[in-house]
Amino acid sequence: MTTVSDNLLGAIGGVPRPETDVVVDARDVNKYFGRLHVLKDVCLQVKRQETVVVIGPSGSGKTTFIRCVNHLEKIQGGRIFVNGHLIGYRETGGGKLVEDREKNISLQRQEIGMVFQRFNLFPHMTALENIVEAPIHVRGIPEEEARVVGRALLERVGLAAKENVYPNQLSGGQQQRIAIARALAMKPALMLFDEPTSALDPEMIGEVLEVMKELAREGMTMIVVSHEMGFAREVANRVVMMDDGVVVEEGTPDQVFSAPSQERTKTFLSKIL
Amino acid sequence: MTASFLNRFGTRRALLVGCLVFVALVVTGCSSGKAAYNIRPQFFWDSLLKPDSAIINGLGLTIGISVIAQLIGVTMGVFAAMGRMAKFLPFRLVANFYIWVFRGTPLLVQLSFFYYGLATAGLFRWPTVVAGPIDILPQVLAGIVILGVNEGAYMAEIVRAGILAVDPGQTEAAKSLGMTYGQTMSRIVLPQAARVIIPPLGNEFNNMLKTTSLLSALSIFELYNTFSVSAGHSYATFELFAACAVWYLILTTIWGVVQSRIERRFSRGTTTSNSSGVGPRNKGFAARFMSLRAPIEQ
Ligand SMILES: Nc1ncnc2c1ncn2[C@@H]1O[C@H](COP(=O)(O)OP(=O)(O)OP(=O)(O)O)[C@@H](O)[C@H]1O
Ligand SMILES: [Mg+2]
Repeated sequence: MTTVSDNLLGAIGGVPRPETDVVVDARDVNKYFGRLHVLKDVCLQVKRQETVVVIGPSGSGKTTFIRCVNHLEKIQGGRIFVNGHLIGYRETGGGKLVEDREKNISLQRQEIGMVFQRFNLFPHMTALENIVEAPIHVRGIPEEEARVVGRALLERVGLAAKENVYPNQLSGGQQQRIAIARALAMKPALMLFDEPTSALDPEMIGEVLEVMKELAREGMTMIVVSHEMGFAREVANRVVMMDDGVVVEEGTPDQVFSAPSQERTKTFLSKIL
Repeated sequence: MTASFLNRFGTRRALLVGCLVFVALVVTGCSSGKAAYNIRPQFFWDSLLKPDSAIINGLGLTIGISVIAQLIGVTMGVFAAMGRMAKFLPFRLVANFYIWVFRGTPLLVQLSFFYYGLATAGLFRWPTVVAGPIDILPQVLAGIVILGVNEGAYMAEIVRAGILAVDPGQTEAAKSLGMTYGQTMSRIVLPQAARVIIPPLGNEFNNMLKTTSLLSALSIFELYNTFSVSAGHSYATFELFAACAVWYLILTTIWGVVQSRIERRFSRGTTTSNSSGVGPRNKGFAARFMSLRAPIEQ
């Protein structure tokens, strides 16, 4: 088992300071895939240093929602602000929204780390290269400096020995820890996790959750789509239940897990417990 | 015995040797005694074993033109492939038009049109380009460019297939790190697409080596034209074109060996198995080649 000995965020120079108290402010987000209405007036606020866990049945729109937060998906209605900046769009004179220029969208994404279900490490790069790629080529940080930070991150996620190893020679748990380090290396103000442990063998789930708990405790602002109850109970400030594109219930882990107010939440929890 | 010989030497090389022996036998055998045949083996052997400066020149031109035209072709192919997949409609239209025209017309027509046609109409004359110690003649320049542009139309489909073979999750990871489209393509997608692109690219280059013979239409003295002219002078048509064919075989065979070596090295270390261990050997050439640059640290 990995012990995340030192401070994780210490490796990137402390908690990245979000510029506003409300890091994520999603208002009445509507999303369609063709004629399929996938997100229906979704509202969600995430405050600085909060960890919000999103649960809900398959197809309820959890993945779609967090992909909208860094504009991997377009939205057809509503607004999403991260750090006070409108994501993906700019307002024209008449109050209409038009998609922003690619360059601005890229700049916004630099502030938002994302961890995928299937890791998506770059297979043609070593662990360390994966981590320093964006800091060097996107942020323009000097190579030496980026590598120092990269090595520190690798050490904190317990993989210092793997810096020159390619992803195909690493276990799923190791790959996911490197994917987290890769996202952190950009010093994001917000981290998004889409079922980060659901593609892992059971014995590797713990090591990844451990890193994520550490991050939450150190004050990273995070939205985590996950059905890991233990994780949610331990570090989530809030749990959000989605069903059929709607936020049906929101509350502390205790409220949602032990005394859900909505029938749909009860049904869902009875299935996964 | 024969089988192990073939295995050790490789089928291609064995075929080459066999072919040489066969041609030599035919050339030599037919000429011995029977006066009815008009065959002078000397022409065959001399142009293979003691190639004069014209042949050496022709070889150099064929190889040089092929390499540069192929490089142009790959570059054009990458842009045309990205154009075909662009969201912006005009890019798609331009790319599709380019591919449609250059794949839909004979290379010989393209060569004649863009070299003789443009000049005769007074629209454009290809210049002489001075590249260091050598002057690239107008017809050679035109030949290289037109061959390259023609090749790009074929490479476009190959590159597109390569790009489509890369997991979309790679693009998303790159975007989520703040990479622009250009960075995502050049640093993440294309290096991975190379795995899929390289085998057909090798075949394209094999074709390219042979297709340069069409440049004789522009009076370029590449390999074929050199032999063609000297055959015209000496009437040793049989012997010289046999030798010419052998020269092409030598080029394509050498390339075949190089190609299979590149492919083998390339596929090493990119497999998902752990069987070959985690040692530094694994991330030597294959990994460097895949990323198209040296690893940050060894
Ligand atoms: N690219 C797409 N094109 C069309 N429909 C899509 C696309 N992506 C998702 N959908 C649909 O949108 C709905 C929401 O999908 P989403 O992936 O957000 O659900 P989810 O809550 O993440 O589910 P899971 O728990 O299975 O991951 C589903 O009905 C899905 O079929
Ligand atoms: Mg999902």
